[in-house]
Amino acid sequence: MANESNGKDLSRRRFLKNSGYAAGGVIGGGILGSIFGMNFGGEPEPSTTIVQQTNPHHALMYFTREKDFEILSAATERIFPEDENGPGAIQLGVPYFIDHQLAGAYGNNDREYMQGPFFPGSDFQGYQTRLKRHEIFMEGILAIDRESNKEYNTSFTDLDGEQQDAILQKFENSDVKMKGVKSGEFFQLLSTATLAGAYADPLYSGNVDMEGWKMKEYPGHQMSYINEIENEEFIEIEPQSLRRQHEH
Amino acid sequence: MVTSLDKVDVVTVGVGWTGGIIAAELAKQGIQVVGLERGQNRTTEDFQYIHDEYRYAMRYGLMQDASKETLSFRNNKDERALPIREWGSFLPGEGVGGAGVHWNGQTWRFLPYDLQIKTMTDEKYGEDKIGSDYTIQDWGITYEELEPYFYKFEETTGISGEENPLGAPRSNDYPTPPMKGTLILNRFKEAAKSLELHPIQSPSANLSENYENPDGQQINACQYCGFCERFGCEYGAKSTPNVTVVQAAKQTGNFELRTDANVVEILHEDGRATGVRYFDVKTGEEFIQPADVVVLTSYVFNNVRLLLLSELGMPYDPESNTGVIGKNYCYQIMAGATGFFEKEKFNTYMGAGALGASIDDFNGDNFDHSDLDFIHGGVISISQTGRRPIASNPVPKDTPAWGSKFKEKSLHYFNRSLSVGAQGASMPHKNNFVDLDPTYTDAHGNPLLRLTYDFTEQDRKLQEYLSARAAEIMEKMGADIVEKRTMAKHYDIVPYQSTHNTGGHYGR
Repeated sequence: MANESNGKDLSRRRFLKNSGYAAGGVIGGGILGSIFGMNFGGEPEPSTTIVQQTNPHHALMYFTREKDFEILSAATERIFPEDENGPGAIQLGVPYFIDHQLAGAYGNNDREYMQGPFFPGSDFQGYQTRLKRHEIFMEGILAIDRESNKEYNTSFTDLDGEQQDAILQKFENSDVKMKGVKSGEFFQLLSTATLAGAYADPLYSGNVDMEGWKMKEYPGHQMSYINEIENEEFIEIEPQSLRRQHEH
Repeated sequence: MVTSLDKVDVVTVGVGWTGGIIAAELAKQGIQVVGLERGQNRTTEDFQYIHDEYRYAMRYGLMQDASKETLSFRNNKDERALPIREWGSFLPGEGVGGAGVHWNGQTWRFLPYDLQIKTMTDEKYGEDKIGSDYTIQDWGITYEELEPYFYKFEETTGISGEENPLGAPRSNDYPTPPMKGTLILNRFKEAAKSLELHPIQSPSANLSENYENPDGQQINACQYCGFCERFGCEYGAKSTPNVTVVQAAKQTGNFELRTDANVVEILHEDGRATGVRYFDVKTGEEFIQPADVVVLTSYVFNNVRLLLLSELGMPYDPESNTGVIGKNYCYQIMAGATGFFEKEKFNTYMGAGALGASIDDFNGDNFDHSDLDFIHGGVISISQTGRRPIASNPVPKDTPAWGSKFKEKSLHYFNRSLSVGAQGASMPHKNNFVDLDPTYTDAHGNPLLRLTYDFTEQDRKLQEYLSARAAEIMEKMGADIVEKRTMAKHYDIVPYQSTHNTGGHYGR
């Protein structure tokens, strides 16, 4: 457990460094504090053990190497970064969401047609690789680091934000060679999954504390708006998740 | 080994809207009906955890399992068709109720023009209006003949609506009053009126009040919870086959619902159907169900596929323009405009599938096409279906697709943007058709259906025209930025467009 805890700490520090907030110290305790535990506000080195105690879902069920997970985490954070609007992908638990999805039906394409023969399709024929999604992610993450080493002679997780963006941009443009799939297709999966992790019900381990919904002023699971629907004013409603269904 | 079962009067292949309606009407008359449904049974109790965008809207929880059966697709007949490996452009349903479980409930009638497009176009604009590559025909049945049945459906489902000055003529009012008005809908209506258009509240199968239909089924009042499209209703407040006709059929005692039953062949002798062959998808057992009448009540794709697999009727050949099975596949042409508002926020997250306001001013032949180089049009609407955060990230065109700018803008505009949409008519074209795929097969080893489809010139002109009209309304609604919806270079099977797949066969 010590290793895992240490890994998270590194990840968080890199995130802080990359997003530029650690140096500038512009962020308030309110946002980060809710994720990293109490007393973060003025504390330079917060404890991460609290995270582990409060969120047992934040552990790995697909990835086997911490490093791969760190690369994934850093990439999702660039796609959906921490900013003055609120938390980014890492704080929202997006990397864990993706890890869990890759271990299940999504990652294994259980409800997708995966019979051959396989041919590259036109730009209008959709998903045509023989790789399953979990394989595309794994290939993609290794390719991200390969590309980073090629371009900058160091791991993706050690790059600054702009460098990371430049790498991801190459993937989006399908400018990176990958086995069995275009890098743009991987990037599309990655960015779609990142948004899903930011905004899916927290039951899937992302959207921690419904922070994604709060930023978007989306109230989540509400039983009824019949009394509000005719109201001409915008109505802010405290979000609720599906967990509420078990609390009565 | 095949087990032959006792003969029944009627067997339906699929139990959605059409299967449910056939079953209810025949069973009420004392006819024995068996409904074969390859999916599972579903009732209102199945939807207690339905407020889950990821499970149902993103991962298609209620949709057909594509691992077992899908279609193949290509834009034109010179391409190699490849399987639709994951759903996108359209979402076929599965299970009792079919797509009728997760529909939005927008319930329009055909216009009289829709049923006689060929005759009415030729008479008014001459025979060369859009050219002979468009294989338009009259339906062979008129609106006047159908009108009582439109009403019977509306009465059975309790549709909530109001008089439409430009809609198809009605001999009865809607069974229930229109749904509630909202700021978003009212804004659309005011804008449309200022342009001298004729807005109405859209007719809806999400009911405005509790309703008991003529068969004695109760449909409840909609709660505007925002989870309608792609979801089932936990309140029994959306009219579905499950809460109406399937119940009506069951209560006669003359209907047997058989789930897990995947029909693979229509049996026939001397041109007459004698029954069907099906598999139980859970046990793998094979059965023959003899019947006097076989009714194809599956989705459009599977109906056509079964005809082709069973060698019934003459397959369409686009080269020689002969045959009928697979011909005249049509879709829907999605036009519209999005408006971004800087100063206002709207309750976009509230709503119901068919909560909306519409105009028929640019639908059918309600406007003069003499100086236009296309025919038909579409209903233009604003729909407040309940915006969802994963899928809905509206940003102005020049915004990057990811990163901090995207995040900022997509958060900002989530409740500050609205879309006026048009469901444009799609005209049949000789190059758009379905047939059997030569390569790819389903879980039973039978050929998949192959879809050959692309947008036509007629479609593009109609799309551009309707998008311009939608943008005019959006301007009047007060948006700071208005962006028209554009069409892809070719029809793309990936982004969701519409599950209004039609045609593919006709009976003349």
